[in-house]
Amino acid sequence: MPKNIYEKIWDFHTVHDDPSQGTLLYIDRHYVHEVTSPQAFEGLRLAGRPVRRPELTFATMDHNIPTEEDRTKPIADPLSKKQVDTLKANCAEFGITCFDMLDRRNGIVHVIGPELGLTQPGFTIVCGDSHTSTHGAFGALAFGIGTSEVEHVLATQTLAQQRAKTMEIRVNGKLPMGITAKDIILAIIGKIGTAGGTGYVLEYTGEAIRDLTMEGRMTICNMSIEAGARAGLISPDEKAVEYLLGRDYIPKDTPPEELAARWSQWASDPGCAYDKVVELEAAGIEPQVTWGTSPGMVTSVNGRTPVLNEITDENTRMAAAKALKYMDLPEGAPMREIPLNKVFLGSCTNGRIEDLRAAAQVIKGHKVHPAIERAMVVPGSMQVKQQAEAEGLDKVFKDAGFEWRAAGCSMCLGMNEDILSPGDRCASTSNRNFEGRQGKGGRTHLVSPAMAAAAAVRGRFVDIREWQFN
Amino acid sequence: MRPFTTHTGIVAPLDALNVDTDQIIPKQFLKRIERTGYGDVLFFDWRYQADGSPDPEFEMNAPRYEGASILLTKDNFGCGSSREHAPWALSDYGIRAILATSYADIFYNNCFNNGLLPITLDAATIQGLLDETRAQEGYTLHVDLPAQTITKPDGATFAFEIDGFKKECLLNGWDQIGLTLRHEDRITKYEAARGIA
Ligand code: SF4
Repeated sequence: MPKNIYEKIWDFHTVHDDPSQGTLLYIDRHYVHEVTSPQAFEGLRLAGRPVRRPELTFATMDHNIPTEEDRTKPIADPLSKKQVDTLKANCAEFGITCFDMLDRRNGIVHVIGPELGLTQPGFTIVCGDSHTSTHGAFGALAFGIGTSEVEHVLATQTLAQQRAKTMEIRVNGKLPMGITAKDIILAIIGKIGTAGGTGYVLEYTGEAIRDLTMEGRMTICNMSIEAGARAGLISPDEKAVEYLLGRDYIPKDTPPEELAARWSQWASDPGCAYDKVVELEAAGIEPQVTWGTSPGMVTSVNGRTPVLNEITDENTRMAAAKALKYMDLPEGAPMREIPLNKVFLGSCTNGRIEDLRAAAQVIKGHKVHPAIERAMVVPGSMQVKQQAEAEGLDKVFKDAGFEWRAAGCSMCLGMNEDILSPGDRCASTSNRNFEGRQGKGGRTHLVSPAMAAAAAVRGRFVDIREWQFN
Repeated sequence: MRPFTTHTGIVAPLDALNVDTDQIIPKQFLKRIERTGYGDVLFFDWRYQADGSPDPEFEMNAPRYEGASILLTKDNFGCGSSREHAPWALSDYGIRAILATSYADIFYNNCFNNGLLPITLDAATIQGLLDETRAQEGYTLHVDLPAQTITKPDGATFAFEIDGFKKECLLNGWDQIGLTLRHEDRITKYEAARGIA
């Protein structure tokens, strides 16, 4: 019987089928960062348990760290410093590889995993971080877990799971000019809702998905969690193979053709079944901008904020009213007229080299608008930063008036100094527009990198399809 | 893990959809390396005003909900970040059970690993409980996990569904790692078959 990719990975990784506990799945890769791991290591110590497979776990620090270019300076915030030092000490104690701040391979966990070739097709990958779904772009079953589960994986290299339902999300046809992966995923979330994927693992298929680069596919899978799904997958193809070959952790002693053959067999079989299928036409997708405090509160750049009495469902109306109040936006306001004062380019959603290239192309020969008090670029990893500098992108950004920072999560969640102030309104390439996410009282509008760049130049949202490139 | 069998407690309303874990506990409190001490900062941005005093507009702050241990809320509770600090903060605040129309997956699992019982009820039941909670000061519910029932102050009792194994784990306070390690020989065999030495 033809199988979809989820079923293949699930079956291959089943250690034991316990009718009550669920299926014990073997975990091929475990990524760890400083914020969700200290209590897990502490738990191991208290129980006197070792890490079962330290060579399958890799650590990085990203959430908490400053993004100043000089990384030799000690971390000023004593709590952040303690968390970073604790991760380093835990990794040393348990024999885990850690890409610390001074390592050239450091970066956001979901950027460096694929970049280093640690993420591979057919793998099971977990991390104490909900955006672990990103790695699904390579055809890996990857999902976020809590700290107790981090401890469980460290101790047993397995996780007991209930089988999820599968949903195919097919994006048909060619993507119009100027429309990006970010617009696709925001449009999907707008369509199925932030809980639409709950209980499902998503597989993205269709011509528009096939046409995306690996970077674009990562953006899509990254935000599966914003659609309520723990994991999103894309069947591996020649683009995935090409991206991965030659990277640091790809076995060098296996011939490339063999790797390619091995990887491609994970792809969903023709004629496989899903529990649910959702279809979208790429041609109908416009540049997306969120207006509210949940990623599903999204519309076209040419759209308007909602009019409350047009919303029939009482709970939805209540949520929309609350969001408009927090966002300080009137009903029925054109998205293009919302004035901005901050721009953030970065995160595990859109902090990759292709994202920086797209933004730089828009910025080139322009200046950041006087109303924009701060525009920052935070590359997703130190390797992305280095690559961008080699291409001269840093200069384009700096000439325009952007800050050029070192890698980290930065203003995506504002755990370090990079935060919005109350009342700030930010065009952000990250993934969450929750209340206070980027700083208490800050207001976030999620957009693609090109849209964020254009907003930086104009001080307002513009339809990127009308942009005059220099 | 602390077992959960039966519990009687005051109900606090949180009348909102899509309450994300950033709201349950904002990021500035994730810098600690302990599991405890997060109760005071639960719902921080909603609960406190800029000067640090309780915000009277936040319904749960009303004195009548003081000491509440059952949280009543709506769709997709606990969405967003996987931070287990969210159930830690709820537990630390004193919450033992949550009643909602639906939960985000990761949060739902995290609850069970912390002795917190998330109960799923239909929208009409939730709305009914919400109305009664607001109408009646000191509104308490009795949750009986072995019987899978909830009893209202007037004695009316209704049932809820829960996965059998999850229920068993909560009742016994089982350590998941211990449970898995019963299968250690199978893990070793799997690794050998895959050449993971
Ligand atoms: S960039 Fe943002 S979403 Fe991604 S891992 Fe960091 S904090 Fe999480």
